[in-house]
Amino acid sequence: MYAAIVFLPLVGALLAGFFGKIIGDRGAHLVTCIFMAASMLLGAVCFYDVALQQNAQTITLFTWIESGNLKAEWALKIDTLTAIMILVVTSVSTMVHVYSIGYMHHDPHNPRFFAYLSLFTFAMLMLVTADNLVQMFFGWEGVGLASYLLIGFWYQKPEANAAAIKAFLVNRVGDFGFALGIFGTYLLFDTIVLDEIFILAPKYVETELTFLWFSADAITVLTMLLFIGAMGKSAQLGLHTWLPDAMEGPTPVSALIHAATMVTAGVFMIARLSPMMEYAPDTLTVVTLIGATTAIFAASVGLCQNDIKRVIAYSTCSQLGYMFFACGVSAYSAGIYHLLTHAFFKALLFLGAGSVIHAMSDEQDMTKMGGLRKRIPLTYWLMIVGTLALTGFPFLSGFYSKDLILEATFARDTGVGYYAFYIGIFVAGLTAFYSWRLIFMTFHGECRAPKSVQDKIHESPLVMTLPLIFLAVGALFSGKLGYEFFGGESMKAFWGDALLVLKENRTIEAAAGVPMWVVLLPTIMFIVGTSLAFYCYQLKPDLPKTLSSKFSGIYQFLLNKWYFDELYDLLFVRSAFRFGHALWKKGDGAVIDGLGPDGISSMVRRLSGQAVRLQSGFLYHYAFAMMIGLIAFASWYIFGFGN
Amino acid sequence: MSIIQLPSMISASPEIFLAGAGMILLMIGVFRKTDGTGVLSMATILCFIVAIIAGFLYGGQENAFYGMFITTSFTQFSKSLILVGSILAVVLANDYMKTEKAQRFEVPVLILFATLGMMMMVSAGDLIALYIGLELQSLSLYVLAAIRRDSLKSTEAGLKYFVLGALSSGMLLYGASLIYGFSGSTDFLDIANVINEQKDNLSLGILIGLVFLISGLAFKVSAVPFHMWTPDVYEGAPTPITALLAISPKIAALCLFIQVLIGPFSAIIEQWQQIIIFISIASMTLGAVAALMQTNIKRLLAYSSIGHMGYALIGLASANEAGISGVLIYLAIYLFMNVGTFGCILCMRRNGQAVEQISDLAGASKSHPMMAFALLVFMFSMAGIPPLAGFFGKWFIFLAAIEAQLYTLAIIGVISSVVAAFYYLRIIKFMYFDEIVAPLDKGLTKNLRTVIYGSMTLVIIFFLAPGTLVSSAAKAAKSLIGVNG
Repeated sequence: MYAAIVFLPLVGALLAGFFGKIIGDRGAHLVTCIFMAASMLLGAVCFYDVALQQNAQTITLFTWIESGNLKAEWALKIDTLTAIMILVVTSVSTMVHVYSIGYMHHDPHNPRFFAYLSLFTFAMLMLVTADNLVQMFFGWEGVGLASYLLIGFWYQKPEANAAAIKAFLVNRVGDFGFALGIFGTYLLFDTIVLDEIFILAPKYVETELTFLWFSADAITVLTMLLFIGAMGKSAQLGLHTWLPDAMEGPTPVSALIHAATMVTAGVFMIARLSPMMEYAPDTLTVVTLIGATTAIFAASVGLCQNDIKRVIAYSTCSQLGYMFFACGVSAYSAGIYHLLTHAFFKALLFLGAGSVIHAMSDEQDMTKMGGLRKRIPLTYWLMIVGTLALTGFPFLSGFYSKDLILEATFARDTGVGYYAFYIGIFVAGLTAFYSWRLIFMTFHGECRAPKSVQDKIHESPLVMTLPLIFLAVGALFSGKLGYEFFGGESMKAFWGDALLVLKENRTIEAAAGVPMWVVLLPTIMFIVGTSLAFYCYQLKPDLPKTLSSKFSGIYQFLLNKWYFDELYDLLFVRSAFRFGHALWKKGDGAVIDGLGPDGISSMVRRLSGQAVRLQSGFLYHYAFAMMIGLIAFASWYIFGFGN
Repeated sequence: MSIIQLPSMISASPEIFLAGAGMILLMIGVFRKTDGTGVLSMATILCFIVAIIAGFLYGGQENAFYGMFITTSFTQFSKSLILVGSILAVVLANDYMKTEKAQRFEVPVLILFATLGMMMMVSAGDLIALYIGLELQSLSLYVLAAIRRDSLKSTEAGLKYFVLGALSSGMLLYGASLIYGFSGSTDFLDIANVINEQKDNLSLGILIGLVFLISGLAFKVSAVPFHMWTPDVYEGAPTPITALLAISPKIAALCLFIQVLIGPFSAIIEQWQQIIIFISIASMTLGAVAALMQTNIKRLLAYSSIGHMGYALIGLASANEAGISGVLIYLAIYLFMNVGTFGCILCMRRNGQAVEQISDLAGASKSHPMMAFALLVFMFSMAGIPPLAGFFGKWFIFLAAIEAQLYTLAIIGVISSVVAAFYYLRIIKFMYFDEIVAPLDKGLTKNLRTVIYGSMTLVIIFFLAPGTLVSSAAKAAKSLIGVNG
């Protein structure tokens, strides 16, 4: 039955993709949405059965690869972690499917779009149910492919194509790390099956891995490599540049792939591999560092962006940073908890933003919005819910999960832990600021859109708002409902064997003992950030402009995203282009073509010209040639005779 | 009472028949009141068919004229090819003369005499018989090349052919006399015995004589560096005569080449192999390279046939059974490819005038789809593209070369066939990818159509049943090597 959860979306994708012309738009909608909904219901059953009733199981479908010691099966490893992911993926995906019916109704390529969405969902489910690393890699690449196809869905737009290629290429760097990690794992453990690796991991703690003259702790190296893969997919600092550009894709795609599911695959992977991670404290330190730095980086850039989707994209990047440093301090449960709540409120925000964009005739620039509160009230209130949840308003979902992360980080009681904690606190303030900035710029004040656009502003149809309402419910209550399992008393029973946390790393248990000010600080930061945003964008609307001109250095630095793109362009893109250009012009053009096809053909042509010139038409020339030939042959024998 | 024993002549009956028939036809032509070209052409074809049948009936192992005239499976095979080639040439010529309104009854008769010469060449068992056959053939062809006396090009071609041909005959004759002088006999068997005896201490005279002989024969197969006449004569001669020149004399000369070198000179293979390898390489290379720049399709085919002779000479250079049978297969396939191609060239007329530029074919795929397709098949086949017949011709030749460990020769052959593919494909490009500039005339005569499509079908379906040709060629090669080996 659980296999159906994974394969129903695939069937939907194939039907919509290959028979889209026959079944039409409506048919494609029905097929994919119904299969998705069925998958979601089964996912809920699965969650109840596996996570709440502790019926973890592995379903083997059939053997995929069997070669010597290498054995990989198509198997679904369903434990609590997987069940949570299935729940998140199927429910958000279903909502996005339904929402897209409304959002994409102008688009002429509906079946293709829905086929891609379902294909993505299948690949994502394959990823989270993987029972071995190769199968996980299959899903990993599958979601990468679907992401590429969906970012470039509007292939007529050059920006969309560029963004799609960028996403693919940047992810390739991460995937390379992941692949190396898999190779290394097989080298060390002689197996790629997760359960077997987890049993073997403690035995290899002191093992050294030597490569050329370089020698290091084996598990640390492997986990670092795998983490590089996670960084690529989850857009962590260094490999994050593709995520903001990926906003070129349709908004439902951003909600599903680039907020709720695919980008969290890295977090999932770290949690899934916790039995390896726990034995690599150096890697955990790096994870914490990278996560915390990403959080502050993305939040600071988010302050200055004017594109509504990019603000949310940076916010996503920043929240992923939270999840990573949670995992870095061994609070995997808290990381996944935040993943769950974030999926709801971030999908809600994205789809809300989509609703705004839809209302504004595809305008994404917030400086051309404003005053939409009265025109699209339902969207406004749903966005408020999402924003409150994100910014950590007490008793909404983000409040619980973020607080749990911060407390656990504080309880880690290491230098890096405190680094992450203070950054986390500061970023909580920034988050509140940029989130409310978004709300104020979009929904309050005077409308700055041109008249023609203003006239067409309308509330989105029910098919778009219903999914929003569903997600809003999730954003409101998932935190409260989940706390018991992710950070409370039932945590140990709930997780079963899905996560491994060593005794000395039990930060979540330790979080209960943190001082009161640590517990209150995030909420205080929320108030500070919100008030500041209110002050800057409601009371003194001129202030941001003055500030940005006064501190234009910092402003430009943030506006240009810390100049990461420029740096990469300089370091990699241009040198790669130069390198490629040199190979093309000098290597291929001059050497291979010059000496090969072109050179030979021009030589043959020259020879041909000369041969034709010999044919003068004069009889005595011809006779002369014959005599020369005769004499040459005769001489050959006369002088060579006897040898 | 003394009984005069006449020499046995039975195995020469096809030749004797053709000689008699030729005289009669000539008389008919001369004394007929009205033009008899059509009738004589039909009669000539009939004679050829009778000759083929007679060849199979009487061509036993028995030699005629005290060994001056030899018949074996090899000569039977090559004579059949020659006769088929001549029949097709007569068909083309008759058709051509009708269209051009330039009827000359001498043409079929001359072709008959040329063919007779070729058959005698192939069957020659003696240097004198060889020379007589060769000259009968050559003299008839000189006249044929210049048959359009009103055309400057045609007369020029005839004259050039004659002068250079005379030079080559001189070489051949000089070589023959050197060989006679140093071996004491003109009979192939006697020469073979002498050479066998002094194998380890061969006199230079015989060797130089051989060089002259080879040079004379190389002229006939238009092998480099004795090829210079070919492009000019091919271009100048009337197209059906060019077709004849490209087919029957080439087949005859090459078979004679084989007959002589594998016959009396088989004991000194290492000696003559060097020259044959050289002229083979030179012909293949020049044939491939020089044709690239040609704009006239007949000139192009001249170079193409130089190249083809180069490939065929690989088989001779191999000097083994596989090589000889390879040559025979190659020649058979070459015959049909060339007849078909020349048939297509005869279709190239605009406003009643024959045109010969390759560019005149532009867009032919649209105006003459069937003809263009046939030419495409012939060009692909000449370029050696499987599964067409031309591929197998090259295949057997290269196989023989590798068997004889002549790897260099095989590699150069492959490379030059790649270069040659360029100009064959260029013709296809003109027909299929270029726009029509000025359309060619419509309408093909029935005979032309039969020749073109018949050859095309043979070229296409050869790969389905190559067995007959391959096995009879193998038998022919065996008879030659078996007798003299």
